[in-house]
Amino acid sequence: MILLWMIIVLLAGGLLCWLLGRQSAGYARWTALLTVSADMVLACCLCWLYHEFPDKSSWFINYQINWIPSMGVSLHVALDGFGMVLLLLTFFLGILAVLCSWNEIRERAGFYYFNLLWTLAGISGVFVAMDLFLFYFCWEVMLIPMYLLIILWGDSRRRYAAYKFFLFTQAGSLLMLLSILAVYFIHGQQTGLYTFDYFELLRTTFQSGTAWWIMAGFMIAFTIKLPMVPFHNWLPDAHSEAPTAGSLLLAGLLLKTGAYGIIRFVLPLLPEASVAISWWAMLFGVIGIIYGAFLAFSQTDIKRLIAYTSVSHMGFVLTGIFSFSEIAMQGVVMQMLTHGLSTGALFVMAGMLKERLHTRDITKMGGLWTSMPAMGGAAILFTMASSGLPLLGNFIAELFILLGTFTVNVLFSVLASVGLVLSALYGLRLLQRVFMGAIVVTNPVRDLSTREMLIMAALSVSIVALGLYPQPVIDTVHHLSFTLQPLLHE
Amino acid sequence: MQQYLYLIPAMPLIGFLLLITGGAQFPRYVTAMIGAGSICVSAIIAITMGAQFLLYPPLEGVYHQQLWHWFNIGKLHADIGLQLDAMSLVFVCIITFIGALIHIYSIAFMEHDRDYARFFASMNLFVCSMLLLVMANNLVLLYLGWEGVGLCSFLLIGFWYESEANCMAARKAFVITRIGDTAMIIGLFLLFRELGTLNIREILALAPQYFTTGNTTVTWIALLLLAGGMGKSAQLPLQTWLPDAMAGPSPVSALIHAATMVTAGVYLIARMHTIFELSPFTMHLTAIIGALTLLVAGCSAMVQTDIKRILAYSTISQIGYMFLALGVGAWSAAIFHFFTHAFFKALLFLAAGAVIETLHHEHNIFKMGGLRKDMPLIFRTFIIGAAALAAVPFVTAGFFSKDEILWFAWSAAGGHPLLWVTGLLGAFITAFYSTRLILVVFWGERQTTPGKLPSSAMNIPLVILAIFSIGAGWIHLPHLTQVLPETVLKPAHPEEIIFQFIAIFSTLLGIMTGYMLYYLYPHTIRGWKESEGLMSVRNFFYAGWKFDQLYDVLFVRPFVFITQVNRNDVTDKIYSGIATIHLQLNRFLSVSQNGSLRWYVAGVLIGILFIITLQILR
Repeated sequence: MILLWMIIVLLAGGLLCWLLGRQSAGYARWTALLTVSADMVLACCLCWLYHEFPDKSSWFINYQINWIPSMGVSLHVALDGFGMVLLLLTFFLGILAVLCSWNEIRERAGFYYFNLLWTLAGISGVFVAMDLFLFYFCWEVMLIPMYLLIILWGDSRRRYAAYKFFLFTQAGSLLMLLSILAVYFIHGQQTGLYTFDYFELLRTTFQSGTAWWIMAGFMIAFTIKLPMVPFHNWLPDAHSEAPTAGSLLLAGLLLKTGAYGIIRFVLPLLPEASVAISWWAMLFGVIGIIYGAFLAFSQTDIKRLIAYTSVSHMGFVLTGIFSFSEIAMQGVVMQMLTHGLSTGALFVMAGMLKERLHTRDITKMGGLWTSMPAMGGAAILFTMASSGLPLLGNFIAELFILLGTFTVNVLFSVLASVGLVLSALYGLRLLQRVFMGAIVVTNPVRDLSTREMLIMAALSVSIVALGLYPQPVIDTVHHLSFTLQPLLHE
Repeated sequence: MQQYLYLIPAMPLIGFLLLITGGAQFPRYVTAMIGAGSICVSAIIAITMGAQFLLYPPLEGVYHQQLWHWFNIGKLHADIGLQLDAMSLVFVCIITFIGALIHIYSIAFMEHDRDYARFFASMNLFVCSMLLLVMANNLVLLYLGWEGVGLCSFLLIGFWYESEANCMAARKAFVITRIGDTAMIIGLFLLFRELGTLNIREILALAPQYFTTGNTTVTWIALLLLAGGMGKSAQLPLQTWLPDAMAGPSPVSALIHAATMVTAGVYLIARMHTIFELSPFTMHLTAIIGALTLLVAGCSAMVQTDIKRILAYSTISQIGYMFLALGVGAWSAAIFHFFTHAFFKALLFLAAGAVIETLHHEHNIFKMGGLRKDMPLIFRTFIIGAAALAAVPFVTAGFFSKDEILWFAWSAAGGHPLLWVTGLLGAFITAFYSTRLILVVFWGERQTTPGKLPSSAMNIPLVILAIFSIGAGWIHLPHLTQVLPETVLKPAHPEEIIFQFIAIFSTLLGIMTGYMLYYLYPHTIRGWKESEGLMSVRNFFYAGWKFDQLYDVLFVRPFVFITQVNRNDVTDKIYSGIATIHLQLNRFLSVSQNGSLRWYVAGVLIGILFIITLQILR
């Protein structure tokens, strides 16, 4: 029940923000902050309890009440370690998203926080829903408020970006809906029990031809979200036009729902079909790593640049998942967390720069380290995180993925490693164009405020902690290797 | 004693953390005290521990301390764990001791810099990473230190970041070493796949049982590790970043780009010696790369005009000697050369820094001249450093270490007369350019008026380093044989004494040549400058054998070209194409919706006719 409460708190908090926002923007943002913090506290408590929980291979929380019994739809939510770390990430980034919108959003603040909280509600719903209908429902709940965030509070090309975002993801969602229905009916025909329940549907067997088509539907939806080259085109536009918090949630959380979907639904539901496409999926992952890095290198818009680095990093995720190696799978989870933190931090910084300089063009920046030593330091930390420097969490993630992939396919692992060199190229270019070089910006720029410092400090501490002591995360998601046992090598 | 092992890297780390959190608020002397003090404390601990280690050797010849489990999944586990054996002890002592001297020197050298705290913070982080590199008990932690020093090198080369050139140099250093690092990490993957562990001791123990000599896999592993070493140690063909790295402040060049970081490759190869011994091919390749590098870099050093670039090329060349030694299996000789080189090269860089500062940031040696009388102390220490570099017989440390390498280059089991000849030629070149450097800078006419002479905080480290540049040759490192195998000699090898004579002769010949060309008969060189052929050779050497231009054409331009062509993402065309098709279709159909009644009636009639026709034809 507590999981439903978490979502309800967010939904209700959102409505409250909307109402209070009419009075004053201050009420709205404090309400939003308190709402997400309340959920964060709940999630931390759960995490605490989970570590006492004896049998890590079974579900920690499993709760079900009827919703539409005639169709076999129920409010079935469940939590395991994997969902737990993602929930923690969701609320953590949620708090930061509220904080970084603090001064940025002045118009219609109430409605803004409503959308923000509903997006978060949708995302947390996705991570706990164990009923495919509910999952699909939450999938859409996170989409529409995000669309509104982009189109109402975005930058100059926001309409284009928002339409593109909506069309791409909606196309994927519809294919996924078809697949869900197919699974529903096939299961119904086989057993006579028409249900959307995840655990029931896991027992379905598919003929290989049908399985392939069902998998294709799911995979397209998830790889658009991930995103995989060549379905990535919505991402640079949406990221660059969205308000800062929007970019943070997009990069930090929405992309992760794609990876989550593959691991939670595609692999267990359709193992044979997944194995059949694994070579191709890894190939496209590697293509994504290299293609994204090449594009990132040539961008002059700071947010587009960061957006393409996401394409590159998510290539690691795809490659890692389909290498079916236990180590790589752990790396994938780590990558989901650390990419959320590091890229989120970079987007937050891009937002701060935009607030100060009113541009996203890196050719109009330069030498900012002099006036902003603290931000310069943070920028070094996070570009280095993005280039996979050891000591920081991203390294652990990439090390696991590459190491795990290496045992399966040497060539792909080696090609993916090239991504390490490319990431240094674009990372340093970003860093040097903005913070080093001749001083271009003449009017004084203020360094981080206390609120901004707090955001960066929280992100820095987490990324270093994950780099130096990733074992708690590894232990928490260890059960994945039981769930995916039949698929994994070794 | 070993429970205090963690303090050695922890001290600089604490210094770094204090300086980045509060650096801007601290007054200068506090910054200096934290920055230099942390390294001094670390050096004292390291030396005490070293003395303890030598007096009461631990049972297995190694101190170790496990701090915490880093990660642990299935077979893969790594600890944050430190170890100290005879070889890491040499490195730790050099890093902390020379590091402390250079930090003290920097207190005065960087005195007027705006970013005093940032400088010491980066330097402290560097020392911490470098210590982790040499003390790591597993290769992942070693890699952490390895990348950490790369980051600090980047930050310190680009320390004066307002200049575009410095930033480019910093970026170049980071990217080129990253290429080597990536090869190295692939080597780690391969090692893990084969042996199932990344713990150094376990690897060294398992490898000989698991691999046969000359096995393809072990050769690949060794080659990949070698590539990592080549990147960090600036060996051919990844040497191009080091001369540009001189853009950083002189203490940085002394510590990172001469004494410590650039020898990380030597450490890695010596550390993984078992793997290399299993692959004779890689050993030969290492020796050849070392020999070629020492020659190529030596030739470039002969014609440089920037005092720091001369020293940079000479560093590449001296590390070439170390690689040569490693390649022929003269493990201890390589470490010994590292040991002596660290002192005299740090000394040379610090003295050069003092000269540059005094002459108002003048780098060109031909604009120096006559400094012998103006800067007597710097002159004396510089000449000691240069003599050690040139390996002046018997009185300098460089002689003992280089002589040993030359002897092994011929007579060790992996040695070859050609390697020896190259080494000998290198010794001649080294002696020549050292002499040239001294004569041009300190003799002749005064070209630039010196400013304020360096203070004692800068002089004292120079004197200490000068003492070690002479004395370090007499320090023997016998304990190294606990860790590194003895060098195997060829069954029939000639007497060592003959080789010593030849080596001494070639050094003296080099000094003589330098003396003749730059002191006795300077017009000879002027005559050579007339000759076009000689000048083109000179320019070729001057440009570092045109490696930069080659890489520019081969890699940089194609890469930039491709990325620029695809700036707007070609895949986007697919989707905008779909959108365009729909828009066109929409436009086409909207033509029919024009509001004219006649048009609609015509449309309806055509439709009716069409249906009737279909009915009739059916």
